[in-house]
Amino acid sequence: MNMAESLANLGRGGIALVTGLGKAGIMLWGAIAHKPRLKGLPLFVKQLYVVGVQSMVLILISGLFIGMVLALQGYNILVGFGTEESLGPMVALSLLRELGPVVTALLFAGRAGSALTAEIGLMKSTEQLSSLEMMAIDPLRQIIAPRFWAGVVSLPLLTLMFTAIGIYGGYIVGVEWKGIDGGSFWSILQASVEWREDIVNCLIKSFLFGIVVTWIALYRGYQVVPNPEGISKATTQTVVQSSLAVLALDFLLTAIMFGR
Amino acid sequence: MSIQLCLLAQLRTICCSVSVRLVCLPLVLVRNGCGMNIEVSPKLKSLVEICNLKFSRGEHVIFDNISLSIPRGKITAIMGPSGIGKTTLLKLIGGQLTPDSGSVLFDGKDVHRCSRKELFTLRKRMSMLFQSGALFTDMNVFDNVAFALREHSGLAEEIIARIVLMKLEAVGLRGTAKMMPSELSGGMQRRVALARAIALEPDMVMYDEPFAGQDPISMGVLVKLIKELSAALGLTSVVISHDVQEVLGIADYVYVMADKSVIAQGTPEELQIADNEQLKQFMGGEPDGPVPFHYPAANYAEELVGQ
Repeated sequence: MNMAESLANLGRGGIALVTGLGKAGIMLWGAIAHKPRLKGLPLFVKQLYVVGVQSMVLILISGLFIGMVLALQGYNILVGFGTEESLGPMVALSLLRELGPVVTALLFAGRAGSALTAEIGLMKSTEQLSSLEMMAIDPLRQIIAPRFWAGVVSLPLLTLMFTAIGIYGGYIVGVEWKGIDGGSFWSILQASVEWREDIVNCLIKSFLFGIVVTWIALYRGYQVVPNPEGISKATTQTVVQSSLAVLALDFLLTAIMFGR
Repeated sequence: MSIQLCLLAQLRTICCSVSVRLVCLPLVLVRNGCGMNIEVSPKLKSLVEICNLKFSRGEHVIFDNISLSIPRGKITAIMGPSGIGKTTLLKLIGGQLTPDSGSVLFDGKDVHRCSRKELFTLRKRMSMLFQSGALFTDMNVFDNVAFALREHSGLAEEIIARIVLMKLEAVGLRGTAKMMPSELSGGMQRRVALARAIALEPDMVMYDEPFAGQDPISMGVLVKLIKELSAALGLTSVVISHDVQEVLGIADYVYVMADKSVIAQGTPEELQIADNEQLKQFMGGEPDGPVPFHYPAANYAEELVGQ
């Protein structure tokens, strides 16, 4: 490959990237503009169930085990310094500041994000999106917007559930198994967790992760090459790109929130 | 009372459509906006006019300067070999694709120069039966047919229910109202899709390969439905197909496409006697001719011995 061809390929790649970002931006704007109204409420509620409620089992079980593992590892370290009473805040702050939003978003991308991409990809390959267009109904309003808002609303709620049950998992290991005093566990935890610093930041993170993961999932489905290979590829892309975007965005947000 | 009014409105629509059709009967040859001679009513002219249309996907040219007219209230067939771009043409008419140059006029309005709102207004007057049926898989048959009515008509649910049942009765599938699309055969899905396509009583219905993959009975049912519904509702129908005999049996006017352009046009009778080798090969289903059996390739003997 000569220099000119390499430059041409680079240019094509650049144009494709900018075009893709433009299309994704237009889709995001369309989804935001069609926020749920009274008429479209049943669609939104249905998607809230599909995206949020159906992800709950995975999130709750994962949260419980992650909280338990975190407490067990934390206890083994803290007990060496005689500070095992600090297990509560260690588990709670780890979950609220990082693990809760990040792991929930990663699980959400794998469970709900891939399902959204596959569903919309199949709708495209079976011409359901085209038929909506031909019925003079905007697919962005009918299909994309309810799923987008359901994802954005679901993820912060799932994150809170994940964190709450994770803390409970930490309580089971620390208090019920390892014998830390329950009163100390809860009182030190309560004294350490700040509303603005920890809980609000946790919600901000998960809200932004919700936008990013749902946006990528919907965009990948909407732009899918409508054949089995295309859908499979798009589903994989959703999980990979969402996960990387969540991790990168998490670092950025952590630097802004706690990097002072 | 409201139900009776609705039924009366339906009846009136059908009567008006039939009367319009009768008025349109004396056809004459006129020259349309693209300079083509075509049989249309002097009063109503064409519903769709495609003028000097060029369309390509990347380097691959699909249409090279094609022009054709779809007469109002008649069944127009567009035929041609697979992969020639027939479905693409329907998407261009519906404004789902944008041509490189040329225009598509629907009732005098340029489809590709409309705002999105205007385009959606035009689309309420046209409808499309997709090759796969494209029924919404998460809704039952009733809700599929009712979908566009609920979105656009503003009618009460009670009236919508009556209209849906009437449309399903017209395609012989009222008994499937509560079934899911996955419970229906391919032919039945297309009939439900047809009921959905005529739910808003559009001016034009575009049929994309309606007979593809159908058994003889389903095909016969679809042919009958297209013909009868078009006549009863005064629809302008555009049928894309390569099932020669079925299409020639119902079409009033036929375009045959190949090599990025229209190679022949006329009534079915005119096409049967036309002196065009490519057309004869297509109509007769001959495996070799102007359209070669072999895809262009290197020399066979040389390739076999690895030269």
